[in-house]
Amino acid sequence: MDTPSLYAAREPIFPRRVSGKFRQLKWWIMAITLGIYYLTPWIRWDRGPNLPDQAVLVDLASRRFYFFWIEIWPHEFYFVAGLLIMAGLGLFLFTSALGRVWCGYTCPQTVWTDLFILVERWIEGDRNARLRLHRAGWDVRKWRLRITKWVVWLLIGLATGGAWVFYFTDAPTLLGDLLSFSAHPVAYATIAVLTATTFVFGGFMREQVCIYMCPWPRIQAAMMDSDTITVAYREWRGEPRGKKGTDGAGDCIDCMACVNVCPVGIDIRDGQQMECITCALCIDACDDIMAKIGKPRGLVDYLALSDEPAERAGQAPKPVWRHILRPRTILYTAMWSLIGLGLVYALFIRSDIELTVSPVRNPTYVVQSDGAIRNIYDVRLRNKLGEDRAFRLSLTSDEVLRIDLDDRARNLTLTVPADSTVLQRVYVTARPQDPAAGIDRTDLRLWVEDLGSGDRASRATTFSGKVTP
Amino acid sequence: MSDKKIDETTGIETTGHSWDGIQELNNPLPRWWLWTLYATIFWGIAYTIAYPAWPLISGATSGVLGYATRAEVAEQITAHQAQNAELASALVAAELTELAPGDDLHRYATARGGAVFRAQCSQCHGSGAAGATGYPNLLDNDWLWGGDIDNIVWTIAHGVRNETDPDARYSEMPAFADILEADEIDAVVEYVLSLSKPDRDPVLAEAGNTVFLDNCASCHGDMAEGNRDLGAPNLADAIWLYGDSPEAVAYTVRNARYGVMPAWGQRLSDADIRAVSVYVHSLGGGE
Repeated sequence: MDTPSLYAAREPIFPRRVSGKFRQLKWWIMAITLGIYYLTPWIRWDRGPNLPDQAVLVDLASRRFYFFWIEIWPHEFYFVAGLLIMAGLGLFLFTSALGRVWCGYTCPQTVWTDLFILVERWIEGDRNARLRLHRAGWDVRKWRLRITKWVVWLLIGLATGGAWVFYFTDAPTLLGDLLSFSAHPVAYATIAVLTATTFVFGGFMREQVCIYMCPWPRIQAAMMDSDTITVAYREWRGEPRGKKGTDGAGDCIDCMACVNVCPVGIDIRDGQQMECITCALCIDACDDIMAKIGKPRGLVDYLALSDEPAERAGQAPKPVWRHILRPRTILYTAMWSLIGLGLVYALFIRSDIELTVSPVRNPTYVVQSDGAIRNIYDVRLRNKLGEDRAFRLSLTSDEVLRIDLDDRARNLTLTVPADSTVLQRVYVTARPQDPAAGIDRTDLRLWVEDLGSGDRASRATTFSGKVTP
Repeated sequence: MSDKKIDETTGIETTGHSWDGIQELNNPLPRWWLWTLYATIFWGIAYTIAYPAWPLISGATSGVLGYATRAEVAEQITAHQAQNAELASALVAAELTELAPGDDLHRYATARGGAVFRAQCSQCHGSGAAGATGYPNLLDNDWLWGGDIDNIVWTIAHGVRNETDPDARYSEMPAFADILEADEIDAVVEYVLSLSKPDRDPVLAEAGNTVFLDNCASCHGDMAEGNRDLGAPNLADAIWLYGDSPEAVAYTVRNARYGVMPAWGQRLSDADIRAVSVYVHSLGGGE
């Protein structure tokens, strides 16, 4: 008896060229997404003399993230976390409403694979020519075509990896450095790794990345239900398959057009499959055939599986909006919008002075020789503007407390350089007769005032007294 | 005998394995997956040869690359010391009283001093320098031997009450148990406590004042304000190294106290001593 093989070589897939409205949409989305990716680092944004003038910049060295007029400091990373959560919820929303539209249209793996297949088709020809070339021996022509293809793939990979590093440092400077071989080794290493992964994932792994490496196909089933609009085959209309004009046959003439264009190599007529990325190319292919044989389009179509009984009975399906508007999509939209509104609100209440106050609790208080009680606070003052600013510290409290700065000169003003943070120890003292000295906790508020503009910010904290049992 | 079994529902070949009538379909993994598995196995073995890995009876294989985390740490320490050599020698040469907070050298000294403090001093004085009973609080403004930077350097370098260093600080309080009567001790305790606390017995304290002037004032001063030259503490303030209960003060009078600090000059470099002095001085109690 034959031992079944546990591991198998990849069955190469040679998707045929297709044209149609979804293919057209995919070309547009490819152009837009790649355009955004390659061009964004080159947009300039004037922020003043001390700050970078790149519109989108992830400045890891000085721990700043610039996004047009928004500047994010490390302690504001919740903006990035919030955006990531919104991206996740958005993915849930779109998947539950429209199936794997992300996979089919905008996933980088799909976009670059599409681009690589386009190059392949230009150089080696369409499906049949590529199949012949695949089976042919390694003669001069095959080598020439293959090497040409690989070189173009590598150039695309290089441009891809190259574009990535421009997000992390000033793009024109880095381009000059890269060309004169004086850029940081990390930049070259990043480009090399991304070139290699783009080349391998887009050129050779393709659908295997989606099937074996990406977790999303395994998760998406939980996001979808029978109301989800997804790519499917109208089995009740197509079956039984047969040649055109055969008695009792359905509309499917078994021409395999939908299979031949599929970039993941499945047959959509077998029903919902994990491998399907809902790229809709089979819809274009089938509609083309239906037009040729004079049948209505939509044998393969975007449809909701819950409409099947109605369609089978010859009734009209539910309108699309009734499929899309349902409790789970409304819930996802509500959560997504709430987080979005929260982030926008947080963005508007942000101040360009930031103050954090951490009471030193080791020890909670210090007794002075005259019996006074002193508390120590670490005050961090952030100046988010591009110029140096002077600040005055003061405190308000119901009790009589004193405030001192580190130099013990009672000088309550403090200069914070442009775009930086100053850590200052602040001492607050209660005299022995002050009530605060003998109470466990006294509320107080530390104020900071910009001496130039008069802007104020404050933080609440507490003063610890000595409690004698 | 080649009999491929085909599953009727899916049309996919089965492996021939069946459990309770459930057939296992043969959906082979891609071959690159297998090669990735082999590559990780090879990598794993090569890694254990290249780096320390296999446990032996004592220790472990050292790995052909000779890598050791200890050596790496030693290398990093040396590199940092070399990098900071200039600052360290500047610190040794500097006039410490002229270092201002915010200066590079002051920042370097407090950072280095903080590290020295946590490693060497925190065991007695606490990680926040607040001390404990018998171990001075370095955050307050009461200093037995003086709280300016030069006095702090001296105390740290030579220590307190140790015979290994002739320049060490020495305070000599006699044990008064054999010198004073019991009621005299009670009275002087009452007097000393009354200097900083209300509600003490005024009659007893008045009697104690006489005992104090006769026996204690020579070191602690007529007003009990202490004497830093002798390491005699100020008894009129709110700070009590050994506790402010009548029992604790009475114990001190009867037996005296014997606080000891090592002479760090024998253990640490000049730069370390000066750095930790600047650090302690900067904590908020320095004079």
